[in-house]
Amino acid sequence: MNLRARTTLFLVSAAALAVIFVLAFLDLPPMGDYRGPYGYVVTQVAVYERHATDVVNAINYDYRAFDTLGEEFILFAAVLGVLLLFRPDDKKGHKRNSNAQEQDELPVSDALRISTQAIMGLMIVFGFYIATHGQLTPGSGFQGGVILASAPILLYLAGNVGAFEKITSSALVKVAECGGAGGYAIIGISALLAGTHFLTNFVPLGTTGDLFSSGTIAVISVCVGVEVTGGFVQLTQIYLRKIVEAELRKKS
Amino acid sequence: MILHVPYFIAAWIFLWGLYGIVTSKNLVHQVVCLAVLQTSTYVLLLTVGYKVGGTAPVFADIPVGTTVVDPLVQALMLTDIVVEATVAALLLAMVVKANELANTIDPEELRILTG
Repeated sequence: MNLRARTTLFLVSAAALAVIFVLAFLDLPPMGDYRGPYGYVVTQVAVYERHATDVVNAINYDYRAFDTLGEEFILFAAVLGVLLLFRPDDKKGHKRNSNAQEQDELPVSDALRISTQAIMGLMIVFGFYIATHGQLTPGSGFQGGVILASAPILLYLAGNVGAFEKITSSALVKVAECGGAGGYAIIGISALLAGTHFLTNFVPLGTTGDLFSSGTIAVISVCVGVEVTGGFVQLTQIYLRKIVEAELRKKS
Repeated sequence: MILHVPYFIAAWIFLWGLYGIVTSKNLVHQVVCLAVLQTSTYVLLLTVGYKVGGTAPVFADIPVGTTVVDPLVQALMLTDIVVEATVAALLLAMVVKANELANTIDPEELRILTG
């Protein structure tokens, strides 16, 4: 089917879909007129039941922890897929290592180099803060992990490709990704061993508002943070390596 | 009617994303269109969960019982955003591979199918 025929077919069916959307949406309660029972119930009981002040994370890592486990493994599988597609073939691998020294010398101004490295420390601390305080304030493992994974990118932007490669290709990153994903499942299974249901919050809940409160919510959040960090660091590393390889190919 | 406008915005974003995917001539552009399409779900979920006068569902510094918006839809969105980013990364990796194998990223010209 050529593009014009396809576009015409789409426009006709999209118009029909738009009509259905309008009819369906007009039957929904208007914005601000919230009627669902779950939002009311969960905001009333979550703080007492789970000792977590951030209700969003109490839902994510406790009430619907099983769903989040699945979503986490989507993330895991997607990262695995990217790594599989970009797996290095052995012939090219040798060439890359011999070029490692050249890669250090991408032209970058001193101001950029110094300021990015100063921000990096701040970012790491902030990432840890967000990842560990998910049960109290907005943020959790997902957000903290992404912030932590962005820190090495600054190193790359500052022209320090060698150090970037060294940090991001260390075995620790892979251990973090697998350990984080596995840790989530292990917490779920240890609830079974403790005699309750899978992913039940079986740890003592502590005092509401403390860092070490809310039982497994905080632990799972940190696990997710570790996994997201590992996964995103590997993603950025493999993509940026592609760029460096392409640039080197252009030069030679 | 005016309070239903956010729903229509969600539908509007959804349909434009779909339009982009259908008519795209570039696989990278197509992946971005999918991301645009997915943002319509954020608008829809936020609209569904909003309560008049509601604040964020975090009781760190407000008493329990304060009017807050629905935290359920926010929890759904939160994981959706991270998963969307990684799925986009996976799709872009496929685009890179397609370019290496077929030397084109125009979906119309991707006609090779070799075993």
